[in-house]
Amino acid sequence: MKHNILPDDDGGGRRIIGLSLGAFAIFFLLLSRLWYLQVVNADDLMNQSENNRLRFVPVAAPRGAILDRNGKVLVTNTPSFSVAVIPQDVKDKEQLIDNLARYLNLDRNEIETKWNKGQGRAKYYPLVVASGITRDQMEFLEENRLSLSGVNIEMKPIRAYANGTLASHLLGYLGEVNEEELNSEKYQEYNAGDYIGKSGIERAWESYLHGTDGGRQIEVDARGRFLRTVAETGSSVGNTVMLTVDLNLQKAAEQAMGDMAGAVVAMDVNTGEILAFSSNPDYDPALFTGRMPPDTWKQYLEDERHPLENKALKGMYPPGSTFKIITAIAGLEEGLINENTTVECNGSYKFGNATFRCWEHKGHGTVNLRRSLRESCDVFYYKLAERLGVNRIAAYAKRFGLGAPMGIGLENEKGGIIPTEQWKLKRFGKKWFAGETLPVGIGQGYVLTTPVQLASMIATVANEGKIYRPQLVKRVVDADGKVLKEFTPQLAGTTGLKPETYRLVKEGLFAVVNEPRGTGGMARLWEVKVAGKTGSSQVVRDSKAGMAYKYRDHALFVAFAPYEKPEIAVAVVVEHGEHGGSAAAPVTAKVLRAYFEGKGVIKKPVPKVQPQQEGEAVAEPDRQAAPQAPPATPATENRSGNTDR
Amino acid sequence: MFDRRLFTNFDWTLLGVVLLITAFGVVNIYSASSSYRDIGTPYYLKQLYWIFAGLILCLTVCSLDYHMLEDFAYWLYGGVLVLLVLVLVAGKTSMGATRWIHLGFFNMQPSEPMKIVIIMTFARFFSRYPIFKGLTLKDLVYPLLILGAPALLIMKQPDLGTAVLVSLIGGTMLLFVGVRWSALASLFAAALPIVYGAWTFGLHDYQKNRIYNFLNPDLDPLGSGYHIIQSKIAVGSGATFGKGFMQGTQSQLRFLPEQHTDFAFSVFAEEWGFAGCLLMLTLYLFLILWGLSIAKRCNDRFGSLLAVGVSAMLFWHIVINMGMVIGLLPVVGVPLPFFSYGGTSMVTSMVGVGILLNISMRRFMF
Repeated sequence: MKHNILPDDDGGGRRIIGLSLGAFAIFFLLLSRLWYLQVVNADDLMNQSENNRLRFVPVAAPRGAILDRNGKVLVTNTPSFSVAVIPQDVKDKEQLIDNLARYLNLDRNEIETKWNKGQGRAKYYPLVVASGITRDQMEFLEENRLSLSGVNIEMKPIRAYANGTLASHLLGYLGEVNEEELNSEKYQEYNAGDYIGKSGIERAWESYLHGTDGGRQIEVDARGRFLRTVAETGSSVGNTVMLTVDLNLQKAAEQAMGDMAGAVVAMDVNTGEILAFSSNPDYDPALFTGRMPPDTWKQYLEDERHPLENKALKGMYPPGSTFKIITAIAGLEEGLINENTTVECNGSYKFGNATFRCWEHKGHGTVNLRRSLRESCDVFYYKLAERLGVNRIAAYAKRFGLGAPMGIGLENEKGGIIPTEQWKLKRFGKKWFAGETLPVGIGQGYVLTTPVQLASMIATVANEGKIYRPQLVKRVVDADGKVLKEFTPQLAGTTGLKPETYRLVKEGLFAVVNEPRGTGGMARLWEVKVAGKTGSSQVVRDSKAGMAYKYRDHALFVAFAPYEKPEIAVAVVVEHGEHGGSAAAPVTAKVLRAYFEGKGVIKKPVPKVQPQQEGEAVAEPDRQAAPQAPPATPATENRSGNTDR
Repeated sequence: MFDRRLFTNFDWTLLGVVLLITAFGVVNIYSASSSYRDIGTPYYLKQLYWIFAGLILCLTVCSLDYHMLEDFAYWLYGGVLVLLVLVLVAGKTSMGATRWIHLGFFNMQPSEPMKIVIIMTFARFFSRYPIFKGLTLKDLVYPLLILGAPALLIMKQPDLGTAVLVSLIGGTMLLFVGVRWSALASLFAAALPIVYGAWTFGLHDYQKNRIYNFLNPDLDPLGSGYHIIQSKIAVGSGATFGKGFMQGTQSQLRFLPEQHTDFAFSVFAEEWGFAGCLLMLTLYLFLILWGLSIAKRCNDRFGSLLAVGVSAMLFWHIVINMGMVIGLLPVVGVPLPFFSYGGTSMVTSMVGVGILLNISMRRFMF
């Protein structure tokens, strides 16, 4: 039997209406969703669609150059190729990393680590996974492009160090901006992966050197393939920073130090401009921008001479006998000594139960101020320090800017320590003992100074009282040659001492270098009169000859020249060099010689050219550049190791 | 013998709406595939061939009295069921799924005719089944077996989309016939462990992933969540009036996957905006309501059931496809009738329309 009507009594009409209403309701739901997407949420999704097709390819601005005071290039840029990945366009991450590791001969983990660093950034933002690839590697990647979807090769300028490792501590190095820096206000304009100055001038002058990154807005398809450039903003090169440092002098300073660890700071006595600023050993700043071989990094870290430490700025050394200048000045100013005051030195001075020895064990005999400086008699200064007291010594040291950062303008400049009774109470919660004042008088005990401070101190003595703020930058010039900043000498203060004090002290310092028995004879130049002071500072008590390197005394020398009308002051610290006279003074001599050669005051030796086989020309060894052998006794004393303490 | 009344009663409205939708579809495919110019015959042209073939089939179907189908229904059902078993035994595997039987000159996908065949079979079954106050649980045994067998075979291929569609079509017809509340409640209670079992043992990992990603597309934005995210962006960025014909950046730059087939509506939504979508939804709603009105106006139960079945088939295709492209439903690969590129879908839909036209023009004949 056929049922020709629908199940319901009304012929199915109600059920049809029910189904129709159901269909209507579901369509209404679809329409509501479309309304939500296309009307309510349209702006957001439109943005996402724009992001989909438009990519911003950053174009890094070349950093500004760094020049020496004469416009010679210290740091500039050179093009470098890096491999960037746009994560959004990568189909198989693991496979791609494998391929890159194989093609570039890199450690897989290294690439992965860099990749993971970029997590959280927009997926279309290029992520640099390998920098500084060679031309061969680049060609290899180009040939294998098909298996490397999402990979781009980017050209960007990187730092080129015209003189290799020269002045590396001063110039500093670059590194990728880290997370903490990115969160700070200073770097809010930066993106992850950007390179910034991490130390030295590069860091201190980052805002001037950095330049403005540009970029291209490009349209891409779903595979990230370039279609066209939509808009382009050019990058603008960073400003040029011209330093006060003289390239030739810097070279001379570093050559003079040779393999020795330590620092050399040369300063213009009348402006405070730093003319040479070296810390030895140095490092290769180029390695920080590219790929530092792990072995090299390990070597840097394990080297007991600490090549990564900026010794000129952050090295704190007991100034040793160079500090006797301060003690002498304090004595003269306080009226405790004068030109004719004499002290008997029999090799030691007994204070309470303790015996303080002079470096000259057999004693200097009767010593006046001039001789005390010339021969660096310790007993003279023990007695003077005892009478001055630590607070008075400190007051004069501080007048010379010792014990506080000088404001050179580089990060983490150390201040050193000039102890007082109050300082000790605060630092150790203990009273000052009178016996502790005696070593302070000869620059030992708690006293610590930096090479920059020592250079400033001797410059202040040379110019008789003006303390200039050490200055590293002469001017900043933009890409069009417009001077943005010009620096003039900044007087940080004056010592306010009697001219007579300076006359007496300077005479003593002249004697150190130029008179028989003077401890600094090896700093002597024949053409220019040099004045200076040797120093040796103990690293451990009771240091002995032949001790392990790290226990040997530091050798120091501070000097200025010309004696009559000072222009340049130099401070040299040779770590574990033992004797200021034999280790630091010759370095000073070489720096001063280079300076005066540059000025034309000392004639440069003309190399004799002798015809060689096959027409080669070979220069004769530079005899005059070798340390001068002073004709009188001090040299003999120095060479016999009979130096000051 | 041709009855003139057939021509005078021809449902021009229904054919007009269908042709309007197919026209929009062709225009849309032209835009969606414009970035594929390098491949042989353009898609829009191939779609026109399919429309032509579909129309011939549609007119052929409507020219034969649909009552004939009642006699063939079970035979057809049995035949297609055998083909579905054959697919699993000796089918052609492509992209991890075994859905086709190689027939020498073309590959046949038996799950597609099953959509129409299940409608015919149910119509036949219920047209002779005495129902007074709705189907009881006992009454549902045979229908569920009829429905369950092809659904499970299709799921096994695996083709979740078609299996769900076949079930939804059958389910809608059952609701139309009338099911008792008590039977519905029992079915629901029985369905829970079945769904659980199907989820645990029946579904492939990629199918589960689709559901996970439907619930949270950001889980794998470049993998299986990519479709949903990109499609939503396309639809939404079309805003009120769209980006304009051939101006859809999502589609022109190929961010949209399968943009001329399953995701054709996303392209349309991007280029024509909410205004265009409103028009399309209206056309589709009209089509469904018109189909249901044919069921209502039909004077025999078999015809009514057929019309409801075809309407349900079109309806669920539309809802699942649109729901999928606007992120309301998981991505299951169901085309939009008359709109998405593809011969199979066009032919099946046109056969369905042929049946509707057939019933509509014969509503006066007894």
